[in-house]
Amino acid sequence: MSSATTPKMTMAQAINTALRDAIAEDDSVVVFGEDVAQLGGVFRVTDGLHRDFGENRVFDTPLAESGIVGMAVGMAMNGMRPVVEMQFDAFAYPAFEQIVSHVAKMGNRTRGKVRLPIVIRVPYAGGIGGVEHHCDSSEAYYAHTPGLTVVAPATNADAYGLLRAAIASPDPVIFLEPKKHYFSKEEVDVSAAVPPIGRAVVRRPGKDATLIAYGPSVPVALAAAAQAATEGRDLGVVDLRSIVPFDDETVCAEVRRTGRAVVVAEAPGFASVASEIAARVGERCFHHLEAPVRRVTGFDVPYPPPKLEHHFLPGVDRILDVVDTLQWEDAA
Amino acid sequence: MSAGQLKAAITPARWLDESGRLVRGTPAPDAEALLEGYRRLVFARRLNEQCGALVRQGRLAVYPSSRGQEACQVACASVLADGDWLFPTYRDTAAIAARGVDPVEVLTLLRGDWHCGYDPVRHKVAPQATPLATQLPHAVGVGHAARLKGEDTVVMALCGDGATSEGDFHEACNFAAVFRAPVVFFVQNNKYAISVPLARQSVAPSLAAKAIGYGMPGVRVDGNDLPALEKVLGEAVARARAGEGPTLVEADTYRIESHTNADDASRYRTEDEVADWLPRDPLLRVRTYLTGIGALDDDREREIAAAAEAMAAAVRTGVNAEATADPEELFAHVYATPTPQLAGQRAALRAELDFEEA
Repeated sequence: MSSATTPKMTMAQAINTALRDAIAEDDSVVVFGEDVAQLGGVFRVTDGLHRDFGENRVFDTPLAESGIVGMAVGMAMNGMRPVVEMQFDAFAYPAFEQIVSHVAKMGNRTRGKVRLPIVIRVPYAGGIGGVEHHCDSSEAYYAHTPGLTVVAPATNADAYGLLRAAIASPDPVIFLEPKKHYFSKEEVDVSAAVPPIGRAVVRRPGKDATLIAYGPSVPVALAAAAQAATEGRDLGVVDLRSIVPFDDETVCAEVRRTGRAVVVAEAPGFASVASEIAARVGERCFHHLEAPVRRVTGFDVPYPPPKLEHHFLPGVDRILDVVDTLQWEDAA
Repeated sequence: MSAGQLKAAITPARWLDESGRLVRGTPAPDAEALLEGYRRLVFARRLNEQCGALVRQGRLAVYPSSRGQEACQVACASVLADGDWLFPTYRDTAAIAARGVDPVEVLTLLRGDWHCGYDPVRHKVAPQATPLATQLPHAVGVGHAARLKGEDTVVMALCGDGATSEGDFHEACNFAAVFRAPVVFFVQNNKYAISVPLARQSVAPSLAAKAIGYGMPGVRVDGNDLPALEKVLGEAVARARAGEGPTLVEADTYRIESHTNADDASRYRTEDEVADWLPRDPLLRVRTYLTGIGALDDDREREIAAAAEAMAAAVRTGVNAEATADPEELFAHVYATPTPQLAGQRAALRAELDFEEA
């Protein structure tokens, strides 16, 4: 797709366009949350939607996350497709009981009679110099909960396409938006085919080792691969797109090809999605591996203050340092 | 807020007093309707008794009885129209049955199965909620969606006195009031949350009085007085249907039995306290009244008892039939389409089962 025909938009605009298109196409889609109407969201993701579609489709709620998600459950039970915003990752925690006990389980509790096509949008992760409670990588909580689909776009085009797929899904989707990319511009072809949820994509083929990442860590992994290339090492990058369902097939095909794998993620590493990926790859690719699967993650500390966050976030140097440990000396 | 509104939120509305006499100044209730209500009370009581017996026989894993609260159970169902929704808790089995759902289906969960048993959409009855008050925001959502769609659906949302301490109770009441959602919050104040008495849940003048803070009407009603309950709840339903928003109704009642069969109420309340409540029985006062006006005689009483007995027999038969739980179905409904991982786990369990069967 050439830049002459494809408009550039920020990730916030891509998500806004996805919401706009979904509301226009399907009368049952409703958008609500805190500050999403008149203000257009604290990140302006819902800018103009209330003006263009009115109070019945896009509305502000009282400030109560459990109430927001709980109301979404009821609206979905009554035929709507709610898309709710949690404003910030750590502000979603009051809704945790609703998400875990109802959103995730309703299909199972009703033997499939009641499906909840809810999308819970969560601006997530760090890198914005945010004060405490504004930068959590909370994906493991959701990924650990059977019944939830967990999606984390890394590109603006995927932010559009995966959100359309999430809204169309019959299952509840936790949609993790890497907030540090809200205002970066990229080409987005809204007429492109909507990517299926549950399929990873190879962002960069490589023959020496595979970096596995999702959400905000994908651009970091790509930068590391570009740097490695200048140093004579050919690293591939797999973008998961969906954490749940997990695409074992694509991930393992790449790792089997390269024989080495590093998982990159911002969240603290202990009992994390990165740990799950490392375990899955180890179980499935053991005979193809030339070195243990390594993880580059955040430290097991609360998300640090703005002045220290650069020490916490996995960066190019830390990734390449870990790549250097992949037992190259044993390579034939 | 007027003095009248405050009084309604604190002083329980009554129609039939504890001895089955009309409260002074109230008109006679419709005898035919009350007779039908009595029949439903007898069914609810019989269902409670039958379920208690099935627990003792090991046929139900657990049963939270609504004995003593049958008037609440019957009234909240009888005031709803077909298209309205009911959001029950685990103690509201009799209310769901009064709504017309087969009690055997309702008891699916309590038999130890993993799903709610009935079709919530067909019956317009949500699955029984175990986590306290979490179903109340759902009720608001169903009501708000109905309003957006231009439907005049009303939602009856049930909870107990303990649940009013939960955050979701507050959030649901506030959301409903702000959105003028067509919801009736019906609190069965049975005085105990397992062992913890009402005084440790709240020192508000009444639970209905909490409505004042949300800007909605709160009404307290004698929870063992069927005609009063049907009147108060019926008015709240009518308000909701007319687009006038939610109402909080508190029923003053009492949990005669322990929390469940696994509980021992003697550890936290006296026999005298229970004995005080027994004469206020919701069946007794309707029976006394109907007998007094000649609407209920021995023949009619026997007829109702026989029908309730037939219902109980059907429950016994249904619950005693072996459940056919398919282990592979554990994976079937977690997602609309099982993920590759769940499909793999199902195949692995199948292989284990095949090995055991071989």
